[in-house]
Amino acid sequence: MSEKLIVRVTGLTKDFDLGKIVVKVLKGIDLEIESGKYISIMGPSGSGKSTLFNMIGGLDKPTQGKVFIDEVDIAQLDAYELAWLRCRKIGYIFQTFNLIPVMTALENVTLPMTFAGTPGEEAVSRGMKLLSQVGLVGRHEHKPAELSGGQQQRVAVARALANNPAIILADEPTGNLDLSTGEEIISLLKQLSQEEGTTVISATHDFKMLNVSDQVIWIRDGRVDKIQERADLEIHTGGMSS
Amino acid sequence: MRRLIVLPWKKSIEIAYKSIRARFFRSLITTLTLVLAVSFLAFSQVSIDIADTMLATGDPSLCQMLLRCGYDILPGDTSLAASPKQRWIITLSLLVCVVGIINAQLMSVTERFREIGTMKCLGALDRFIVRIFVMEATMQGFAGASVGAILGTTSAFLAALFRFGPGTIDLLPWPAIFVSTVTALATGIGLSLLGVLYPAIMAARMQPVEAMRVEQ
Repeated sequence: MSEKLIVRVTGLTKDFDLGKIVVKVLKGIDLEIESGKYISIMGPSGSGKSTLFNMIGGLDKPTQGKVFIDEVDIAQLDAYELAWLRCRKIGYIFQTFNLIPVMTALENVTLPMTFAGTPGEEAVSRGMKLLSQVGLVGRHEHKPAELSGGQQQRVAVARALANNPAIILADEPTGNLDLSTGEEIISLLKQLSQEEGTTVISATHDFKMLNVSDQVIWIRDGRVDKIQERADLEIHTGGMSS
Repeated sequence: MRRLIVLPWKKSIEIAYKSIRARFFRSLITTLTLVLAVSFLAFSQVSIDIADTMLATGDPSLCQMLLRCGYDILPGDTSLAASPKQRWIITLSLLVCVVGIINAQLMSVTERFREIGTMKCLGALDRFIVRIFVMEATMQGFAGASVGAILGTTSAFLAALFRFGPGTIDLLPWPAIFVSTVTALATGIGLSLLGVLYPAIMAARMQPVEAMRVEQ
């Protein structure tokens, strides 16, 4: 194995106990994700991709199986270490943007840096740099409600990058955006992942994502259906990527 | 490796202040509950303080005045401590106030589930969330209780002036009134904190996913 593994998932299952019935959402997933790649997790609605996303991000606990981030089993982490992992190692991007509504764009971006202990001035200057990197110069004083969907998602991208995470997890980042804005966010993510060497893992059913992905993991009915490398993909979706 | 997540006090105060400002009217209602309860408490206590001093002068005309105003004075009484009935009413009003605050805070927490979940995704510890809510409650408590204490004390003065005439001004027992006002203030802040504790802990214990799943 030449590349460094950043995420390793073994025998992952997740059941949701709904009282009368138990829904098996993930039925045994094994995955290895190499550092610095742009990965898309594709699959129809209800296939379990968001659940898998939450497990990888340490936002939910698996029923069985293990998730390793940088070869650390996240089930073994205590509350402090888990918070540290969420703060420093992983950047999250959500379908619904999830910016803090009472804070300005800049404050939203600097919040993770505050948690990480970055001194105020340094956080502000890095926040401004990130905001200009995502193309939001001069909008730092705006509240989320004063920004368009695409702009809000740009702020969320900047926030995800705040602490130089090793992984960016994006759960349907283009789900609430129109076609062209979605494309802008995708190319922004791709560009940033190339510049910063960040691993991007995005759960999506947006076919626009395929063009930029290094690897596509297809999930079907709680299992990995197939894993395609970029080379195979271009044959497969040749018509679309041209 | 240093794996510490921090939230400086200054920052948590700032976040709490912004949250209050953003939901000003909601906060105002919570605060108003406190204003009423605390001003009632301050009014009762200060009125008793004033009546006590009047009684302590031993002046029969003042005693007559107190009797006429509805105070029960038995011969030989030197103090007019709150009657059981009065204490009961005060307790009840404070109880209603706490229930009102818990209700308002639960609503405010529910409204902010997504925000709380997001903060936890960004690395916030449970106690940061509790701290932000406690800071908010302290600010609301301080504001509400101050206004309430001032309102209650002032109305007790005015009531005394109106009932017993301008002569009472010389008799006002300043130290006792001060103690009563400060007690009312402290009680108000205490009630505000008591009301926020359960909602805040409930919010902080939530898993981020649960919090994010809430439709808004």
